[in-house]
Amino acid sequence: MAYFECIHLGKTYKTPQGDAVIVEDFNLKIEQGEFVCIIGHSGCGKSTVLSMVAGLNEISQGTVVLGEREINGAGPDRGVVFQAPCLLPWMTAYENVMLGVDQVYYHATKEERRQVATYYLAMVGLAGSMHKHPGELSGGMRQRVGLARAFALSPKMLLLDEPFGMLDKLTKFDLQQVLLDLWNRERLTAMMVTHDVDEAIYLADRIVMMTNGPAAGIGDILSIKFERPRDRAEIMDTSQFYDYRDYLIDFLENRAASAALEVA
Amino acid sequence: MSTTTADTHPPATPNAITPAKKWSYNPNKVAHTLEKLGLGYFSPFARLAGRDEPAKQIRTIAQNTFLPLLAFAIFLFGWQLCSGTVATDSQKIPSPGETWDAWNGMLAFSAAEKAKEAAYYQSLEERVARFSAMASEARAAGNTGRAETIERRIAKEEAKVYQGTTTFFDQIGISILTISVGFLIATLIAVPLGILCGLSPLVNTALNPLIQLFKPVSPLAWFPIVFVFTTWGIDQPPASSIWQRALFTSAGVVTLCSLWPTLVNTAVGVASIDKDHLNVAKALKLGWLKRIWKIILPASLPLIFTGLRVSIGVGWMVLVAADMMAQNQGLGKFVWDMYQNGDTASTAQIIIAVFFIGGIGFLLDRIMLVFQRLVTFEEQTI
Repeated sequence: MAYFECIHLGKTYKTPQGDAVIVEDFNLKIEQGEFVCIIGHSGCGKSTVLSMVAGLNEISQGTVVLGEREINGAGPDRGVVFQAPCLLPWMTAYENVMLGVDQVYYHATKEERRQVATYYLAMVGLAGSMHKHPGELSGGMRQRVGLARAFALSPKMLLLDEPFGMLDKLTKFDLQQVLLDLWNRERLTAMMVTHDVDEAIYLADRIVMMTNGPAAGIGDILSIKFERPRDRAEIMDTSQFYDYRDYLIDFLENRAASAALEVA
Repeated sequence: MSTTTADTHPPATPNAITPAKKWSYNPNKVAHTLEKLGLGYFSPFARLAGRDEPAKQIRTIAQNTFLPLLAFAIFLFGWQLCSGTVATDSQKIPSPGETWDAWNGMLAFSAAEKAKEAAYYQSLEERVARFSAMASEARAAGNTGRAETIERRIAKEEAKVYQGTTTFFDQIGISILTISVGFLIATLIAVPLGILCGLSPLVNTALNPLIQLFKPVSPLAWFPIVFVFTTWGIDQPPASSIWQRALFTSAGVVTLCSLWPTLVNTAVGVASIDKDHLNVAKALKLGWLKRIWKIILPASLPLIFTGLRVSIGVGWMVLVAADMMAQNQGLGKFVWDMYQNGDTASTAQIIIAVFFIGGIGFLLDRIMLVFQRLVTFEEQTI
């Protein structure tokens, strides 16, 4: 049994015209400490899969198993980073992180909890601005808080839903680095939804390609064999990087739709 | 704690290492604070003090000062005209001058009343002192019976309370106390109930017809019903007590009329909380108490305070009528008594009361506005 597994996972919405099948028969195994990216066209249902795993969206068919237990609803054993940072605007960055820390480390002393929150905020480069409110932080800094909040939970699994999709390219590079540095330390099992091919190659051990909806599923899986820790410039100098890239883009442009037809 | 990530990848903004600033006058900041406090009128003065576009500030100040003054002058002129023409056999609309005289009369009356009260208590004290001396004298002489008689007398004297006329300013105090009680009860009912309505569509469906039905009811209609409740539930305290039954009747009417805006706004605020914020609560599996305290309440505070602000406005408006009906010693009773007098001087005093009612209402609104602005957080946009 794998550490994490989606078994015949599916999402169906009831509509007056009958059932709308968004995702169908999604099967995926992830080993402990593996970083998996899911890519696909917008609206194919990749975020739906992630939010079902997070427990924020009801599962229609199948099950999700994490650490030998079937998931049942949301919980702090999965650290979620949303596309929008989703910080509570009436709390400071520190209080936002503490909200989760208090919940997970309820048995620890106040001082220990403070240390956990401070540590992760420092790790994402916010040591100097942790007592600011989200309204005073830039978009990139807010998402840094989002990352700190997720990691500070010491979750069994990290779920990232296009976390850098709303950021400009330079900020995005910074944050990918922050994420990778944190991940290299903790080696959390991670599942990340993105539609940025370069990002997926840089971060992932495996890239899951999803077919177009309706009734989206897995079209293909690509293993990324770069050594860790990775260096962006080094990777982008290899021809291997461009082979991976071509393969993924070819899937998205030519095979995503037809693969869907095969499944149907 | 070192930031390894920050070493290789500097944070987006270098604000962590800006040197400590020396304090300096920042006209913009002061002006913004003043605006936040509802004192926007003074913000050009603050900017002017900081030499921030002086010509523009002076123009703004002149505009903000002279235009209202001009309007007020026109109003006074119209009032003067009315006072010459609008008259019945027994009374007439008093002129601004007569009203001013009445105001001075009220001040004099109030001062005289306070002096009388002070004199009363002074003579009381003197008497008590004299009796005490007599009592200790008797005790020293061994006459315990006489000493006890005198001491009983002292206790009786000390329990005496001045029974003077309530002045206009006492009545303002009673009115503010009444609306505080009514508004407090209304808030304690409306906010929890509103949260319940906002959280549960079922509760909302159940209560909505009642809310819609009772919301438009006039305070005059509520009064007899509240009166039954307070007469049944509250024992009439001695006349010296400030907590008269009429005060609670009046406050009850205020409660019934003013709780609806808060209730409706709280329900809307809670029901329209950003789904992302609720997802955070869900993902962290917060308990219901923490969910309400940390997420739902702060998120809906801006709308709750919008409701509270409307509520206190309604409450103050209703209070005068409620005081009249309940014979609560507030501004409403003052207006009622003056109306019963029915002469021109009394009408002048009513006009004074109108200005005070308006002024206090405005002040209450400003206080709520400050609270409202304090709890409003900056919405984040990426």
